[in-house]
Amino acid sequence: MRHALSQITGVLRRMFASRLAGFLSILVIGIALSLPAGMYVMLQNAQGLVAQLSGTPQISLFMHKDAKEEDADKLRKLLEQHPDIDRVEFVPRDQALEQIKKSTGLSDVIGSLQQNPLPDAFIVYPRHGEAQALDKLRNELAKLPKVELAQLDSAWAYKLQALLNFGRMVVFILASLLSLALIAITFNTIRLQILTQRDEIEVARLIGATNGFIRRPFLYFGAMQGLLGGIMAWLIISLSLLLLNWQLDALSQLYASQSSLHLLSPGDSLTLLLFSMYLGWLGAWLSVARHLSQNETH
Amino acid sequence: MIRFNHVNKRYPGGYQALKNVTFDIAKGEMVFVTGHSGAGKSTLLKLIAAIERPNLGSVIVNNQNVGVLKERAIPYLRRNLGIIFQDHKLLFDRNVYDNVMLPLQICGFDYRESHKRVRAALDKVGLLNREKSNPVALSGGEQQRLCIARAIVNRPTILLADEPTGNLDTEYAHEIMAIFKSFHQVGVTLLISTHDESILQDTDERVLALKHGELQTASTGPGNT
Repeated sequence: MRHALSQITGVLRRMFASRLAGFLSILVIGIALSLPAGMYVMLQNAQGLVAQLSGTPQISLFMHKDAKEEDADKLRKLLEQHPDIDRVEFVPRDQALEQIKKSTGLSDVIGSLQQNPLPDAFIVYPRHGEAQALDKLRNELAKLPKVELAQLDSAWAYKLQALLNFGRMVVFILASLLSLALIAITFNTIRLQILTQRDEIEVARLIGATNGFIRRPFLYFGAMQGLLGGIMAWLIISLSLLLLNWQLDALSQLYASQSSLHLLSPGDSLTLLLFSMYLGWLGAWLSVARHLSQNETH
Repeated sequence: MIRFNHVNKRYPGGYQALKNVTFDIAKGEMVFVTGHSGAGKSTLLKLIAAIERPNLGSVIVNNQNVGVLKERAIPYLRRNLGIIFQDHKLLFDRNVYDNVMLPLQICGFDYRESHKRVRAALDKVGLLNREKSNPVALSGGEQQRLCIARAIVNRPTILLADEPTGNLDTEYAHEIMAIFKSFHQVGVTLLISTHDESILQDTDERVLALKHGELQTASTGPGNT
């Protein structure tokens, strides 16, 4: 136990002995990781926005402006009995106007209107979410009496979703490539470490050290460097998001609405740190394994 | 304890270091290997510790055929050996105490017990008052004694010493030999290579003389018939 402890302190001492070089490798790892991880955070934010906007798909039914209350009642009954419709929400024209006033910050403009330009509307929640079924239902509803327009609200959301999937693939490819880079960086730092400790390794082998014993401090070193690189990436991302949020705040105020980017969730943060630690460990393992296999007795 | 059966060792490049060497060393024996430089003394010792492997024949140590030992079994063989290297192989990035501690660290020895053992080993070779020094600061004789301390801290049953008195003057050499004799008295098997004839004069132990890789005197020690 004390021996393992002294190995770890040895690793730390070595790490801080070459302060600048150590810091530079950590910085490089941090930047390499922060690119895909940062893109991931932005995607998560966009995903949240899309979910908030589309939620479950809806069809908005706008009635003719001359439709009367009885027409609305009739239509409501018809809709409620429809087998493909889960539930229906009626939005009277006055309520719709109030909502717009509240949420868009255009209250001044709307207040100046002489009369309400909005029609009565229904929000229809379909039972099935597939794009085809929704399209069919929309066409059917558009033909109902006194209906001016039937609009499938989530059509654009599907397109955005497809775009997000594309973005996710980009992040995945980027993350894979940069993970390889991280392994390569650790591989190289450990290789240099091994060169400076050639004598120690040779002597240790000659007096009965197992490969595991020789490997251990380097694995600690690799994992530690990976972890610190991960923390660096986390700091870069968090700081960038805070800066962006600061700018976004100013922007939001102009539009009189609230929006801000979410930081990395605790779970994602932990994943990032563990992943970078693992990659560092792997790079170190490969590096030591290569050295050891070159020095076997024949 | 150690048995060579028709051992041949040829290095890559064709140099034949050992030719058909056969001998037997009993438990507790103290044996010298002599010969001019390049006669194969170091190679012989390296074969015992599996630092080199024979091309032909077998090297048996503690009933184990060392020549065909699996790579991952070699560390455990070496832990039973104390090796004093010709070029010392001391680590200059740590003090005397930590140099001797290394074998115990490798074996994963209990920390408190290893502290006692390191001090005992340093005491044995008369370096207890230098434990905080860097090996660089030691004289040649002291470095040699530090090597011995590191080799014995594990309490091995076999001690291999490659030219332990190589660059030392006579007085130091006799000091070192006295230390080896004290190990011999407590039953350690010793194999010491040397080209220093003066050491051999005042000893009646068995001598294996090598010439161009061939064993000259096929002598049998007191433990064998």
